[in-house]
Amino acid sequence: MNTAILRSPAAVRVSAPLALGVLMLAVWQLLCELLDVPVFLVPAPSDIVATLVADWNLLVSSLMVTLKITFLAFCLAVVLGVAAAFLFVQSRLMEVSLFPYAIVLQVTPIVAIAPLIIIWVKNPTFAMVICATLVALFPIISNTILGLRSVNPGLLNLFRLNRANRWQVLRRLRIPSALPYFFGGLRISSGLALIGAVVAEFVAGTGGTSSGLAYQILQAGFQLNIPRLFAALVLITFTGILLFTVMAMLSKWALGGWHESEMS
Amino acid sequence: MKRELEMMMPGPHAGPLCGREVVIQAQGVEKTYPNGTHALDRADVAIRKGEFVSLLGPSGCGKSTLLKMFAGLEQPSSGTIAMQAEAERSDGRDMAMVFQEATLMPWARVTENVRLPLDLAHVPRSQSQPRIDEALEMVGLSQFGNCYPRELSGGMQMRASIARALAVRPSVLLMDEPFGALDEFTRNRLDTDLHRLWEQRGFTVVFVTHSIYEAVFLSSRVVVMAARPGRVIADVAIDGPAQRGDDFRVSSEFIDYCRVLSEHLVRANRGEREAVH
Repeated sequence: MNTAILRSPAAVRVSAPLALGVLMLAVWQLLCELLDVPVFLVPAPSDIVATLVADWNLLVSSLMVTLKITFLAFCLAVVLGVAAAFLFVQSRLMEVSLFPYAIVLQVTPIVAIAPLIIIWVKNPTFAMVICATLVALFPIISNTILGLRSVNPGLLNLFRLNRANRWQVLRRLRIPSALPYFFGGLRISSGLALIGAVVAEFVAGTGGTSSGLAYQILQAGFQLNIPRLFAALVLITFTGILLFTVMAMLSKWALGGWHESEMS
Repeated sequence: MKRELEMMMPGPHAGPLCGREVVIQAQGVEKTYPNGTHALDRADVAIRKGEFVSLLGPSGCGKSTLLKMFAGLEQPSSGTIAMQAEAERSDGRDMAMVFQEATLMPWARVTENVRLPLDLAHVPRSQSQPRIDEALEMVGLSQFGNCYPRELSGGMQMRASIARALAVRPSVLLMDEPFGALDEFTRNRLDTDLHRLWEQRGFTVVFVTHSIYEAVFLSSRVVVMAARPGRVIADVAIDGPAQRGDDFRVSSEFIDYCRVLSEHLVRANRGEREAVH
């Protein structure tokens, strides 16, 4: 083996997980064939790929439904989360009185309240967006608050010494200081928005509405169409990875010049 | 705190600059923190125009506290600090401070960091740019305006921090152990440059340090302080050459001043120990 490639950290970072993935898939494929596992129990990777190709149109249109909900929920969570964080940071009273309820929202299992939301809100898409937003909201709020408060005390003194007003401190000190934390929240939240969308679709899907990827999984489960179930799962996973990658790139683009976390 | 505008009495300390007007006068200033720490006990200090005064003492002697009170960042528990009225300026304050750390904004390039106090005072860009160039020139960072702080060494970051203070063109410069985190050789170089700047520009400097050598090298007067409780124990005029460099550092005059200051500190320390036993 060429050891020069192994020594380059960038190459290893791509090749090592890729090699492991291929190996796992090969073992999976081999076990399925050797043990003659029935396709409705565990389909082989080749079966899943075949289904992905065969059901491509159906699955992609479902993916689009799920993506739409994820995207709307994520945007809503960012807007609401940032607004809430600013509000909380401006006034102690506001934070003290509202933050416990933000935690209540966070710890309430979304599966438990999703049926209620879906009953209360007439438009099913909107209902699912609300569910996913609730899941994605908290990391944005808590991380942005943490960031807005994580201001170098020396710099704060410098601003005070130069008689900076509240607005100048916010715009020129608190917001830039909060960015690394905000982007951290964004990464967690993007994944949670997808999970929230899938959970909401599951709940709504049992009621027979809409046709997102989770609905396809449900249906495939009922029909014992396990390869399609896996194919839908693969699409969701890749969507999650894609979201994370986009957020990581966004973070790198915004902080790459100065923040330690994005130095390579 | 009362920042009185009245003419202030000259302080009790004789020295070559004693005829000049007093810029900052602390009278009977005490600081006790809510947790009971007695940081400073009845300090009387007068800073005259154009002086380079060092506040020298061990940790916990209240020297940084006193400086922060001069800056208005902390309030005395009792006593008064009277500042000469700051000149009316539309471009911000007549006072600048350099902190223990460089405290640069990591997301902003050096130029933008230096521009900050001017921006906060709404100085238009067209006017701030020449002042920034001048300040960077003075500290020898002209080539590094486009760097991010992390790209600079510790000493260069401190230079940028000083440039930020100089861009304000302050008549009073407060410095809180600015070179404490640097190695001795970098510190000596920065001390030499700082003294040259002070000598050329003639602003007033109040400089907090725990290095006897640094205090002697830089100052026209050293206020010696002791800890537990923080208090002023001596006030020593340093009658060194106007222009100071490495020659001054190795002169017998320099060593003599160091010994005088050490003696004050040792005596205070001994008294403290006797008080405990």
